[in-house]
Amino acid sequence: MRKVVMTDTTLRDGSHSVSHQFTLEEMKAVAKSLEEAGVDIIEIGHGDGLTGSSINYGFGRHTDFEYIEAVASVLTRSKLAVLLIPGIGLIEHLEKAKALGATVVRVATHVTEADVSEQHIKAAKKMGMFTVGFLMMAHMASKEVILEEARKMQSYGADVVYVTDSSGAMLPDEVFEKISYLKAHLDVPIGHHSHNNLGVAVANSLKAYEAGADYLDGSLIGFGAGAGNTPTEMLTAALEKSGIQTNVDLYKIIDAGDQVLKPIVEARGSELPRFNSDSLIIGYAGVYSSFMLHAKRASERFGVDTRDIIIALGQKKAVGGQEDWIIEVAHNLAKEQGKL
Amino acid sequence: MKKIKAAIIGPGNIGTDLLIKLGRSDYIEVDYVVGRQESKGIAIARERGIEATTEGIDDLMKREGIQICFDSTGANPHRLHAPLLKDRGIFTLDLTPAAIGPYVVPAVNLTDELIHNHDNLNMVTCGGQATVPIVAAINEAADVVYAEVISSVSSKSAGPGTRQNIDEFTETTRMALEQVGGADNAKVIIVLNPAEPPIFMRNTIYAKVRNPDIQKIKASVDAMLEKIKAYVPGYTYLLEPIIKDDIVTVMIQVEGLGDYLPIYAGNLDIINSAAVAVAEKYAKKLLEVE
Repeated sequence: MRKVVMTDTTLRDGSHSVSHQFTLEEMKAVAKSLEEAGVDIIEIGHGDGLTGSSINYGFGRHTDFEYIEAVASVLTRSKLAVLLIPGIGLIEHLEKAKALGATVVRVATHVTEADVSEQHIKAAKKMGMFTVGFLMMAHMASKEVILEEARKMQSYGADVVYVTDSSGAMLPDEVFEKISYLKAHLDVPIGHHSHNNLGVAVANSLKAYEAGADYLDGSLIGFGAGAGNTPTEMLTAALEKSGIQTNVDLYKIIDAGDQVLKPIVEARGSELPRFNSDSLIIGYAGVYSSFMLHAKRASERFGVDTRDIIIALGQKKAVGGQEDWIIEVAHNLAKEQGKL
Repeated sequence: MKKIKAAIIGPGNIGTDLLIKLGRSDYIEVDYVVGRQESKGIAIARERGIEATTEGIDDLMKREGIQICFDSTGANPHRLHAPLLKDRGIFTLDLTPAAIGPYVVPAVNLTDELIHNHDNLNMVTCGGQATVPIVAAINEAADVVYAEVISSVSSKSAGPGTRQNIDEFTETTRMALEQVGGADNAKVIIVLNPAEPPIFMRNTIYAKVRNPDIQKIKASVDAMLEKIKAYVPGYTYLLEPIIKDDIVTVMIQVEGLGDYLPIYAGNLDIINSAAVAVAEKYAKKLLEVE
């Protein structure tokens, strides 16, 4: 049986859930517990990747570079990963991240726009980083299109290509269809990143493995955007039960969530991500998961239903990074409803 | 009336659209189109009776009478072209991220002095042409501490040049927001959206200001909008200036004229219309017309 390489993104995707306000000490404590549990790759930083800190996505408590430096100081075995979204972060930021201790980069583009990652993937490879091509919003494209884009990333030098379900909109059969098609035609390994907006994230991850994926993502207690990601603990248990090996120790990863992350979340008065009406509509409408909290804020600012905002964004086919559209949509809805 | 002769280097999306726009100019005629291989742009030039070469800059150097050149190749080629064009005394508008000369955004800093003192001006980027004027208008009314711009363009209107140089694109735009727009600091984000039918180019401008007087800000931005409409008729509000605490939000949509690419490609239109406005000002100076 093939072994799964586990990436935990509590400290990157989960940044959305605390509006990017993790402290350095919190990041260090969680990262350490993840390493002790045997997680292969730990992704950290602003939810929108290197230099995502902005009015549009929310300012981080610290810069990505401060986070990287802090976390790198406590890791010895696990690889430290950062996310880079071309159009938001630059190659010079990646160079800085590398110098401070990041060894893995996930270069993310919308599923149809892989060619904007050419510069960044090539530069990352030249720097000697382990480089993941991260095709976001994979529910929006056919398997043929995803293959074409994955091939571009492979040709730039990506070591792995991910089929990323940013909206938590994919169902198990769809995950299987798309990943098995890639598996049959691609040379590099395949990964899957999921969101639990429709309650099928763990099932999707298992299907992804069955279809040929070797890299899977999770976050502790599912701490990520929308209804959260596949919980790393739950995925570890499900894989173990299926007889699939990982480097992760089940008890230790459960403890990392229960004894390290949970007290942090409770102490800051944040909520653990869970299914609610907004996250459900995100998955149903196929909208970028991190829009959820922004849509909620816009709903309060303009006095309109969050669900109406999310549905309208789905109809407009907004892609990742277009948080600014939320304000326009909410403003227009308020106008239409005579509230402005 | 006599017209000033111009050349276009790099007949891709930008160059070909320029060719069509300049066809309407009262002051400029395109005399020569320069490419490095047979292409759709070269064919369109010939169809319109304009001489074209596929032999690159060398042929342009042999051509007499050219006084204005538009370079829409790429940053590296322009670095080679710029000194050659300068030697020949050709006034050059750089539509690449090379930025050898100063940035020009017509609604903000196109002055007689700028044209008189420089023979190479950089047109920033489409995102810069669309957003620098708004930041400048807000800055004038309210003093901008930090400007942040998100430009969304349709996937179809972003050619390989933009895609392979997305870092340069964001950096050039950022610098123009600071140097021409007057923001103390700036950040630029670009998003490509593949939706069908293609989205119009749209820009969100956030500005953190020192003097949050929304009436004053609105009046200043309204006036700027009218100024830009003079050369880009499809430049309109998607969201008029609103304010929360000290952060102003404005959204702009740019509908193109549909010259070469369809009207959704407002990004192409705005940089080209700006380049034509600068070139015509220079041409009028040469022709001594008002």
